[in-house]
Amino acid sequence: MELFANQVLAGIATGAIYACMALAVVMIYQAIDHLNFAQGEMAMFSTFISWQLMQWGVPYWLAFVLTLGFSFVAGIAIERVLFKPLAKAPILTNVAGFIALYSIINSCAGLIWDFTIKQYPTPFGSAPFLGSQLISTHQAGMIGITLLMLLGLFFFFRYTRIGLAMRAAASVPESARLVGINTSWMIALGWGMAAAIGSVAGMMIAPVVFLEPNMMLGVLIYGFAAAVLGGLTSPFGAVIGGFLVGIFENLVGTYIPGVGNELKLPIALALIITVLVVKPAGLFGRPIVKRV
Amino acid sequence: MTAMLNVKDLRAFYGQVQALHGLNFSLNEGSLTTLLGANGAGKTTTLRAICNMVRSTGAVEFQGAALLGRSTENIVRLGIAHVPQGRGTFTAMTVEENLQLGAITRRDRSGIVADIERMYDHFPVLKQRHTQQAGTLSGGEQQMLAVARALMLRPRLMLLDEPSFGLAPLIVRDLFKILGKINREDKVTILVVEQNAQLALEIADRAYVIETGRIVMSGNANEIADNEDVRKSYLGY
Amino acid sequence: MSAAEEIVAEGQAVEAVPKRAMTLGTGTSLVVLAVLLLVPLVVKNFIIFQMTMLLIYGVAVLALNILTGGSGQFSLGQSAFYAIGAYTSAILMETFNVNYALTLPVAGIICFGAGFLFGQPALRLSGVYLALATFALATAMPQLLKLGYFEKWTGGVQGLVVEKPDAPFGLPIGQDMWLYYFTLAITIAIYVASINLLRSRSGRAFMAIRDNEIAASAMGINVALYKTLAFGVSAGITGVAGGLGAIAVQFVAPDSFTITLAIQLFLGMVVGGVGWLPGSIVGAAFIIFVPNIAEGVSKGLSGAVFGVLLFLVIFLVPHGARQVAMVAQQLVGKLKK
Repeated sequence: MELFANQVLAGIATGAIYACMALAVVMIYQAIDHLNFAQGEMAMFSTFISWQLMQWGVPYWLAFVLTLGFSFVAGIAIERVLFKPLAKAPILTNVAGFIALYSIINSCAGLIWDFTIKQYPTPFGSAPFLGSQLISTHQAGMIGITLLMLLGLFFFFRYTRIGLAMRAAASVPESARLVGINTSWMIALGWGMAAAIGSVAGMMIAPVVFLEPNMMLGVLIYGFAAAVLGGLTSPFGAVIGGFLVGIFENLVGTYIPGVGNELKLPIALALIITVLVVKPAGLFGRPIVKRV
Repeated sequence: MTAMLNVKDLRAFYGQVQALHGLNFSLNEGSLTTLLGANGAGKTTTLRAICNMVRSTGAVEFQGAALLGRSTENIVRLGIAHVPQGRGTFTAMTVEENLQLGAITRRDRSGIVADIERMYDHFPVLKQRHTQQAGTLSGGEQQMLAVARALMLRPRLMLLDEPSFGLAPLIVRDLFKILGKINREDKVTILVVEQNAQLALEIADRAYVIETGRIVMSGNANEIADNEDVRKSYLGY
Repeated sequence: MSAAEEIVAEGQAVEAVPKRAMTLGTGTSLVVLAVLLLVPLVVKNFIIFQMTMLLIYGVAVLALNILTGGSGQFSLGQSAFYAIGAYTSAILMETFNVNYALTLPVAGIICFGAGFLFGQPALRLSGVYLALATFALATAMPQLLKLGYFEKWTGGVQGLVVEKPDAPFGLPIGQDMWLYYFTLAITIAIYVASINLLRSRSGRAFMAIRDNEIAASAMGINVALYKTLAFGVSAGITGVAGGLGAIAVQFVAPDSFTITLAIQLFLGMVVGGVGWLPGSIVGAAFIIFVPNIAEGVSKGLSGAVFGVLLFLVIFLVPHGARQVAMVAQQLVGKLKK
């Protein structure tokens, strides 16, 4: 029993990574009603930027803030330049665009910073957290930051005018225009916010998985899975989903024999899909009544 | 009396199909005008064209400003509120959030709060349900919400697309009474598109009748209501 | 599952291709056919091999077109069925000495079954959810193929070597050329059968489901049956392509069939024009040749160049090759006047 509890705890710790990523995924979903395959790469690139700043002597938290700002602007720029022209194109074409963006960013990062693994610092240290062998101070810090972002998003959407406008633009775009909201810019804003959140995810994750251009692929997939599990319309669900995915992954690795690292991912995904089949809108998502 | 809205040679297209063939009409400030016609005549298209929601040519002038080149949201910001067909309620949000959205382009915090209270006075049922999800309201209540939301803009001109659609007659009467009140007391110019000609003509000053994308009749509302030939040919009663 | 509880797919994700635009005109078809028949006679073996792969990927993209463009189900998992088909052929040929041609129908049937089975749980999912499910399938497949339990058949991580067949009846054609024409014959057969499928009642059922699932079910279409059927047919065709691929490449290994292949097939579908079967071969050409071009432009930035080229294509023709064909058709129409 103690092993189980430990694995759950450890799962929550690793799940913080997925929760963080899942928040960015849900953020973009709110804006564009779709998943952006290039988000992981954008997060990775932002993390590299922060690393580069620190290489040039910029202290951690300043680099953190600068990177946040850079990511926000870059997200908006990418949307305006690359995806606004595709706004009227079919969704599948947009998905091809995400794939193209993925390819471009991954390749550029590889060229600029090459593929060797780099150490990435954590502001929280990596001592055992409160004496526990299972959670380090960094992981605790990561959970803390994720919860803080979640809180921030909650307040943003619930209590600010622009948050309300974004929700309106995402839910009924035509009516949003009819109350004077520029829905096109709301999408750009959504991208900016998603990029910023993603950059935080990257900077939190890098100390654990080490910094290299392909570091986000597995994380992104788990992030998607977590967001879908939680219900794509719910940031809270995304975070819970992230922790749950972390727990699944750990339990599967511990209790199912013969499962090495490679099979963990498909099994975790399979479990999530099973949940979806039972609850198609995810655990906390709002099932929408389909009108004919 | 100044013309608030001037429409000249308005043509509108859905893809290759032309829906409006050169409309000409104007709305005087403070008037309540109704645009009547059968299904598919082009009434909704006219409202959509004014707000640039459909591809159009011609000229639409609102208080001297040209509308056709602007985006929908910019047209709205000039002071034109459009209550679309089907109400366009933000179903996932609460009643109060819907009202707040109506005023999202305004900066005056206290004015917005005061206006929300006024809307609750006009439509008490909205106050009752103000924390409820708007999608759970009945058709009539959603219509009131849509009108209230439009009024939150403090518009100079309000466009309504078939507000009576799907509503019980008693509720429609109440709604139209409120529209009349808004027109007289708040001095909002109103253009209401309706299939229910009789009720619309009761509250309107002027009326236009549209058929297959062309205006075939215009005049004072009571003249048109009294004209039996017109009523029988175009309005079905 | 009552209609009221169904989850909204993101509007209509897949747009309809009008019936008369579904194929190339007779003239164009004949020209394409002539090119496909005659070019191999005058080029080197390696080019013939590339053309064979072009056809094979074209068939795989076509299968995806039927599934996504036809029935509106978004799949990122085709690489799994391709892998099953490839391994089926390889194992039958190498372990059981079955004639290569006979392995293909077997691969097709097995994959049809796999697709049909997968289609069952997929019934409750659509849009991004289905994408995720198929993605899971695609990522799982290479891992499953590496599993120790199956190693004595699959050859584990190292895979299996497959022997390329000689031309039959002692015909004096090289192996590559024979394989090309063999593949071409199968490709044409599948293409014609697919067009007929989409034009048939089943095809119309698919498209009704794609356009408005609730309305389709209200009209009495057995949505569950047709959706799983679409998955099955698409998987079966992909399996045949996989089998051909195994023979052409002479090798199967788990890491040849990763999610990258599934993503490439998806891109091929988009570039060719979703739902437009003739575009499949254009899409296949894109995914085979453009990465090579990108690498030629810049070894270090090949991914970036590929991405840029892909963006160029989707900016210019968001609806893929079908759009090019439509524009060309309009131009020809104007010239005729």
